[in-house]
Formats: sequence, C-alpha cells, structure tokens
Amino acid sequence: MNLGPHADFIIASYAVTAFVVAAMAAWVVLDHSSLKRMLGDLDDQGVTRRSRRKDDA
Amino acid sequence: MALIDLANPTRFLRLVDRVLPWLAAATLIVFAFGLFQAMHAPDDYQQGATVKIMFLHVPAAWLGMMGWTLMSAAALGTLVWRHPLADVAGKAAAPLGAAFTFICLVTGSLWGRPTWGTYWVWDARLTSMLVLLLLYLGVIALYWTAEDPNRGSRAAAVLTLVGALNLPIIKFSVDWWNTLHQPASILRMGGSAIDNSILIPLLTMAVAFTLLFFTLHLAAMRNEILRRRVRTMQMMQAQALAEAAT
Repeated sequence: MNLGPHADFIIASYAVTAFVVAAMAAWVVLDHSSLKRMLGDLDDQGVTRRSRRKDDA
Repeated sequence: MALIDLANPTRFLRLVDRVLPWLAAATLIVFAFGLFQAMHAPDDYQQGATVKIMFLHVPAAWLGMMGWTLMSAAALGTLVWRHPLADVAGKAAAPLGAAFTFICLVTGSLWGRPTWGTYWVWDARLTSMLVLLLLYLGVIALYWTAEDPNRGSRAAAVLTLVGALNLPIIKFSVDWWNTLHQPASILRMGGSAIDNSILIPLLTMAVAFTLLFFTLHLAAMRNEILRRRVRTMQMMQAQALAEAAT
C-alpha cells in the first residue's frame, strides 16, 4: 500500500485516533474494576444499600 | 421485558452485562472489516491517499454531534421527568462525545495541511466544531466539580440544551457562510457525491464508530450507576460512624 507524499499525515491521523480510542476503552475498564473493588470493600465492612436489604428480606 | 422496566437501574445493569460482550464483539468485527476496506480503497483523483483520513474524520464528526444530540434528549429527561437514568446517560456520554469531537478536529487539521495548505482557519465549520468541544468540556466540568451532584446535573442539563443550538449551526455552516470547508457531500439533497468505492468503506467505518460509541456509552453508564452506589454507601457509612461517635 502506497500512502504517497503525505503518508506522515495519514499515519498521524490513525495513530491519534487509535490512542484516543484506546484511552477511552482503558478509562472505562479501569474505572469499572476500581468501582467494583470499592463496592466489595464497603460490602465487606457491612455497609448495605437499603434497596439491597429489601431484596434480601 | 417492557421498556419501562429498564428505567430501574438494577434491571438496566443486568441488561448491560448481557448485551455488552456481544456489542464489543460486533464493534471489533465491523472495525476490522472497515479498516480492511479503508486500506484497500482507491486514492482520490485530487487528494490522493489523504482521502483515507476521511474514514476517521467524518465518522468522528458525526459522533461528536450525535453525542450532543443524545445528551440533549437525556437533559430533557433530567429536567422534565427528573429521571436518574437520563442523568446517568448524559454524564456518561459527555467524555465520549468530547473524545470524538477531539478526533474530528485533530484529523481534520492533519487532513487540512496537505489539502488546503493550512492546519487551521477560523471558518464557520471549524470554529463551530471547536465551540462544540469547549461546550463538552464545560458540561464535563459542571458534572465533575459540583459539590451537590443534583445541582451539577441540572446545571449541566441546562447548558446541554442551550448548547444544542450549536448543532444546526455546525450542520448548515457550510451553506450559510463562505467556508474553506467543503459543503455536505454525503447527507445532501440529490444523494451522495462520493463514488461507491470510497462511500462504502466510509459507511462501514461510520457503523464501526457508532457501535464503539454505544459499547463505551453502555459501559460508562454502568460505571456511573456503580459510582452512585459507592457514594450512597460511603455516605451511609459516614452517617453510621457519626451516630456511633455521639
């Protein structure tokens, strides 16, 4: 594949897009695992949401 | 399951857990297909291979605007019906819309240098797109810096609805003013002006980017619901500690 005389601009466009998309995906995944850990810690400490207590009853 | 049942955050989380792996897989497959088509698309007779930047730039521009449209509908849900999931949807969409608008501006700039001879001009299309990015950043700041999340959400919803006025300006800026940016060549009266050999990869990439947006949006909504649960539980814990101390 020949990208011609402006290959740098094309490669830079794809690189920036790949970086931003990867950053968004990483943010969503890391945020999810951090929140799950915090919820687990609170659960272990015996803190329960009212709606969950209702579900368990 | 009736649509109204999804308004319950717990049921919504169950649905997201079921749908998300399929949506992520579909995104990867369509992206692989779209990128293959984009790499094998012919060069443009005037722009040469730089037309390949269009396969990123145009879908990112559409999604930057679609993100704000989605946030505007969510803002109505927040202000009129005060529905918590509407607020969750709006807050989760803001960083994604900002990211796609950023991609649109950067790739547009990198496309502009070899095509127009400049990275940037203050014409109506480029400037209104930059305004959209600044509006996104404003909404994100309101959501994340307000001390009272409810007040922050309402302020962000109002700014979102006011900012929606920018959407028709972006769309019609190339018709209303004399811009360096070209007029619409896909969504226009009389059909697309682009040859199928380039239009088909472009539409495939648009579908891939749209699937990516909804995959990330659902995942970000799930995170936001969990974040609110953590906050509620932390407040309950603090309250219990304060009561025990007195």
